[in-house]
Amino acid sequence: MSKHVLSLLVEDKPGLLTRVASLFARRGFNIESLAVGTSEIVGLSRITVVVSVEGAPLEQVTKQLNKLINVIKVVELEPDQAVQRDHMLIKVKTDATTRSQVLEAVTLFRARVIDVVADAVIIEVTGDTAKCAALIKVLEPFGIKELVQSGVLAMSRGSKSMTEKVLK
Amino acid sequence: MSTEILTGAAAIVRSLELLGVEDIFGLPGGAILPTYDPLMDSTKLRHILVRHEQGAGHAAEGYASASGRLGVCIATSGPGATNLVTAIADAHMDSVPLLAITGQVGSHLIGTDAFQEADIVGITMPITKHSFLVTKAEDIPEVLASAYLIATTGRPGPVLVDITKDAQNAKVPFIWPPKVDLPGYKPVSKPHGKQIQAAAQMIVDAKRPVLYVGGGVIRAGANKELLKLAELTGAPVVTTLMARGAFPDSHHQNLGMPGMHGTVPAVTALQKSDLLITLGARFDDRVTGEVKSFATGAKVIHVDIDPAEIGKIRFADVPIVGDAKEVISELNDELTAMLGGTKPDTTEWWSFIDGLLERYPLGYLPASDGKLTPQHVIERIGEISGPEAIYAAGVGQHQMWSAQFIKYERPNSWLNSGGAGTMGYAVPAAMGAKVGQPDRLVWAIDGDGCFQMTNQELATCALNDIPIKVAIINNSSLGMVRQWQTLFYNERYSNTDLNTGTDTVMIPDFVKLAEAYGCLGIRVEKEEEIDAAIKLAIETNDRPVVIDFIVSRDAMVWPMVTAGVSNDEVQYARDAAPVWDGEE
Repeated sequence: MSKHVLSLLVEDKPGLLTRVASLFARRGFNIESLAVGTSEIVGLSRITVVVSVEGAPLEQVTKQLNKLINVIKVVELEPDQAVQRDHMLIKVKTDATTRSQVLEAVTLFRARVIDVVADAVIIEVTGDTAKCAALIKVLEPFGIKELVQSGVLAMSRGSKSMTEKVLK
Repeated sequence: MSTEILTGAAAIVRSLELLGVEDIFGLPGGAILPTYDPLMDSTKLRHILVRHEQGAGHAAEGYASASGRLGVCIATSGPGATNLVTAIADAHMDSVPLLAITGQVGSHLIGTDAFQEADIVGITMPITKHSFLVTKAEDIPEVLASAYLIATTGRPGPVLVDITKDAQNAKVPFIWPPKVDLPGYKPVSKPHGKQIQAAAQMIVDAKRPVLYVGGGVIRAGANKELLKLAELTGAPVVTTLMARGAFPDSHHQNLGMPGMHGTVPAVTALQKSDLLITLGARFDDRVTGEVKSFATGAKVIHVDIDPAEIGKIRFADVPIVGDAKEVISELNDELTAMLGGTKPDTTEWWSFIDGLLERYPLGYLPASDGKLTPQHVIERIGEISGPEAIYAAGVGQHQMWSAQFIKYERPNSWLNSGGAGTMGYAVPAAMGAKVGQPDRLVWAIDGDGCFQMTNQELATCALNDIPIKVAIINNSSLGMVRQWQTLFYNERYSNTDLNTGTDTVMIPDFVKLAEAYGCLGIRVEKEEEIDAAIKLAIETNDRPVVIDFIVSRDAMVWPMVTAGVSNDEVQYARDAAPVWDGEE
């Protein structure tokens, strides 16, 4: 099983996300995470999808995605040539005795506390997948009450843009 | 440029006319009613009212497959649209250019579970090349022009256009031609020069090449180029179920069909080959058998217009993305230059193949139960009707026998449901084919099971002067399923008896059914009546003809490779595997 980060430039059309998701389902490809949002160009969206492939090579995934009429471009972002970020909100149980330890972890991980009540805090963290996983491990002993996360966002390093050629 | 004000409904009709559409198969209902009104006045569009929307879908498929043009079907929302689903799935599997137009409930009602509302765009998403939901009248010309382009170019396929009732009713300026903007759709038809050179070199170097020809060659209209390639290389040719007719059966290089029910020479040539020159074929499981033991000694040149087919099942040593016609034509030029009038030496290869052809010709044994031999019936239909006729089959034994025992000499003469295996394809597909090619003789060769799924379209044929001929290969059972029960389920015939034979209750009586539909019905039970019945059917053109051929139910389709096993295990007949020479 290998993981790959794909970046898709797509037309912002109704049902687009269903087309992408149903293609993954139908062809038996696994989605690890998915993030969708508008791009810098009106009418075009960007999708970052992390796929884990087993058996079927990644090439099949990208070729099938390219066949979708509303998909304009598919690129694989290699880890060393791209930046990747996860975004996560974690609600952790705290009390007078544990709060300072939790806050210390927050500082060490360069995360932020964005809500505090007597018996819990909400922590916001941004970083690569490994950093987020490490923070979760540190916070687990205090009691994680709730966790939400976005899909991975990724972008190639350097000045080149995926949308350049599309603009003609 | 015109700036006439039209309703969306009139814009649909006008757009179709301007796109060159001439024939539409459909059935009206609430959500598509607005479109049927201007359709009535169109002098350029012939609408054929079917009896079931599935019939409209297969008719449009048959029309497209016989004529090479876009097939168009139309239905209302909800159940009208869902009745098209089987035909859309079928067209998707067999790369048929199909445009399906459906009415949808008013846009303000979408999502409310309104009467006859179904999310047909969602339902058909995995089985269409693309689909559109249109909620504004002004979008209609652009969407229909885009749908036409997508369905007919690149790898052809079905496109669904779902149009809300309010979009059909609204009045807007009609602007033609519309701007078609599909930034994500750029099918590649011209092959890469380097790949052509690499392929040509590989062909020149091969000792045991096989031209593995698929339906893409027919869709691309590349049969002439293929003939030239075959003669340049001297390589044997196998034509898959979808490619029957892409290369003349009378040509000595044609080994027939490969695959589960392929000829022993075709199956074996692929297995022993050192180079598969794969043209518009997709290594379907019915061709390869067990993939890991398929043609293990062969390198692969894979030509396909769809890049996703290349490497999907089998690694391609030389992948070539492009239109089969352009690719083969460039390959021919390259080979002509490379060979300089010589021909690759295939003597040894052919001596092996000739041995196979001699020892394992396609054949059958006469039935021993006093009923007709189905293979013989089908063979006679082909021989009497000739190669210009069109033959549409259903799915099952009769389909395989039709693929085996009719001699195809030209493309677009053999229509069938290859990928989806849709029982009930034959009658409506033959109807569509006859509309698309009115001057050709059109046969539906059907099974008694298949025929009962879509025979309502005989009414459409009778009323619209579409004189198709239907040959029911009536073995009173779901024959192919029964064959598997014979071979793999200890002859336990669970639910395969259909009671349509003359020694049963005969429900229904196909001759009476044919007559009820205004067709000429003929029953044939004796061998000596076969030819006369076929000739009478061919001569009768004032109404459709149905011949009920009462055939033996014990006839089986041979050769056969059992599903999932290696093609090395091909059985020539029951318990009769080919005998290989010591050195093999």
